[in-house]
Amino acid sequence: METGEVAATAVALEDATVAFRLADARVYTAVEKARLTVDHGEFVAIVGPTGCGKSTLLNVAAGLLKPAAGAVRIFDRPLSGLNRQAGYLFQADALFPWKTALDNVAIGLEIAGTPRRTALAEAQHWLTSVGLGAFAGRYPHMLSGGQRKRVALAQVLIRNPKILLMDEPFGPLDAQTRQVMGNLLLELWTRDRKAVLFVTHDLEEAIALADRVVIMSAGPGSRIIGDWKVPLQRPRDIFEIRLDPGFHDLHREIWSMLKDEVMKGYVQSTQPEARV
Amino acid sequence: MSRIRLLSLQILVAIVLIGAWQLFSTVPVFGHMLLPPFFFSTPLDVGSQIVDWFTTGVIWKHLAITLWESILAFVIGSLGGVLFGFWFARQPRVAAVFDPYVKMANSLPRVVLAPIFTLWLGLGIWSKVALGVTLVFFIVFFNVYQGVKEVSTTVLANGRMLGMSERQLMRHVYWPSALSWMFSSLHTSVGFAVVGAVVGEYLGSAAGLGYLIQQAEGTFDVGGVFAGMFVLSAFVILIDIGVTLVEKRLLVWRPDAAEGRG
Ligand SMILES: Nc1ncnc2c1ncn2[C@@H]1O[C@H](COP(=O)(O)OP(=O)(O)O)[C@@H](O)[C@H]1O
Ligand SMILES: [Mg+2]
Repeated sequence: METGEVAATAVALEDATVAFRLADARVYTAVEKARLTVDHGEFVAIVGPTGCGKSTLLNVAAGLLKPAAGAVRIFDRPLSGLNRQAGYLFQADALFPWKTALDNVAIGLEIAGTPRRTALAEAQHWLTSVGLGAFAGRYPHMLSGGQRKRVALAQVLIRNPKILLMDEPFGPLDAQTRQVMGNLLLELWTRDRKAVLFVTHDLEEAIALADRVVIMSAGPGSRIIGDWKVPLQRPRDIFEIRLDPGFHDLHREIWSMLKDEVMKGYVQSTQPEARV
Repeated sequence: MSRIRLLSLQILVAIVLIGAWQLFSTVPVFGHMLLPPFFFSTPLDVGSQIVDWFTTGVIWKHLAITLWESILAFVIGSLGGVLFGFWFARQPRVAAVFDPYVKMANSLPRVVLAPIFTLWLGLGIWSKVALGVTLVFFIVFFNVYQGVKEVSTTVLANGRMLGMSERQLMRHVYWPSALSWMFSSLHTSVGFAVVGAVVGEYLGSAAGLGYLIQQAEGTFDVGGVFAGMFVLSAFVILIDIGVTLVEKRLLVWRPDAAEGRG
C-alpha cells in the first residue's frame, strides 16, 4: 500500500498446515503450508475451487482453528486463542435468531460494556449505513438473505475491528444483490481501510473488490498457488469496473490457472476415497 | 373453506352426534335400546348435571384445585427440567454417567408412582403435584438438553468472535436456544401437568375434577362421568388457548411461531 504508515502486516500465515481427524481416525490434510500476508489497509481476496480450504484458512486467521504446523501472526504478534482484532462474517447465517436486527447489531457493544441505550443508538446508526434503518425491529427470519447479510455486516463493523474476515459473504445472493452489496462493502471499507481477507469462489467478484487476488489449489493439501496484484484504480464501481480492459486481461490470466484447479477440485470432490 | 362455513360444519358434527346419542338412548329400535341410558346416560342428563354443578357452584372448588395442582406441577417440573437439562448439556460427563438412569426413570409409566406419592405425601394436593412433576420434568428436561446441545456452531462461533465470554454465551446464546425448545413443547408439558393432576385425583383424593369423575363412577352415575369428562375437556381447551397466546408472544422471532402446533 502506498500509505505512509510503517509497513505493518495485519495477518500473516506462515506455512500454516491444517489437518482434520476424520471419524475413521485417518487424518485429512486440508491446507498445506499456506503462506499468506494481508497488510494494514489491504483488501485481499482468496479464490479457489469449492472444498479447497478457504473457510479453513479464515478460521485459522480467526483463531477458531489451530494449525497443525506453522504460525499465525496478527500485527506481528503470534496468535493464541481467538483473534480479538478480527471481525468475522460467516459463510452460513450467524445472526442470533431470537434477537431483532437492532439487538443483533448492538450486541457486540453491549457485551463490551457499552450502556444499552448508547449501544442501541449506535446500532441504529449502523443499520442505516447498510440501508436497513427501517428494519430495526425485524427478526432475522423476517429479512431476505441479502438483508440478513447487511445486518451481519453491521454487526461485525460496529465493533470496529482492525481486520475483517469475510467468508463468501455474498455467496447465496442473486447477481444483482451481490453487486449492490459489493459496492456497499467498498464504500464502507474506503472510510477506514481495514485489512480485509475476503473469500469467494467468484473470480470476477474477487478482482472487482480486491487489491490482491490469491488462488488456492484444489485439496487435499491445498496450497496457495498464485498471487496477483490488481492494478485497477480506486474508488471503483463494481458495475463499471467489469468493462475495464485491465479487468479482462487479469481475469483471463488468472482464469487460465484457476480452471485446471476447478476441474481437479470437481473430480476430487466426487471421489472421497481419493482424498486422503 | 371460509371461517363461518367451517364453524357451522363443526357445530353440525356436534349436533348430529349429540342428536344421535339422545335419539338412541331414549327411543327404542325394534324393541331394543341401542344406547341403554344406564351405560350411556343421555345428553339431557349430562347437560343438566353440568348446569347443576355450575348453578350450585360446587364445580368451582374442584376446578380451582385441579388448576392449582396443574400450575404447581408445571412450574416445579419446568424449573427442574430447565436446570437439569442445562446442567447435563453443559457437562457431558454428568450426562453420560446419568444417562441410563434418566432413561430408566423416564420409561416408567407414571401411574405406578401414584400410590407411592400418596403414601409419602398424603391425599392432599402434593401427591398429585408430584405425579404431574414427574411427567412435566422429563419433557422439559429433554427439550432443554436438546436446545443447548443443538445450538448452531456458527451462531456460537459468531458469539465468540463478537467477544462473548462463557457467561455471556450462556445468557445470549445457550439460554434463548434452550428456552425456545422448552416453549416449543409448552402444549405437551402443560397438557401433562393436567393429566398428572387429574389421574392423581382419580386414584385417591377428596377434591378436583378427577375426584368428581371417580365419585360418579363409584355410584354408577354414568351421566356424572360424562359431565366430568366434558368439563375436563373444556378446561383443557381453555388452558391450551392460554398457552397458544403465551407462545405467540414469546416466540415471535421464530419462523414457525405463527403456524402454531397441535
Ligand atoms: N471439521 C472437519 N472435519 C473434517 N474435514 C473437514 C472439516 N472441515 C472441513 N473439512 C474438509 O476440509 C476441506 C476444506 O473445507 P473448507 O475450508 O470448508 O472448504 P471451502 O474452500 O469450500 O471453504 C474440505 O474438503 C472439507 O471436507
Ligand atoms: Mg467455505
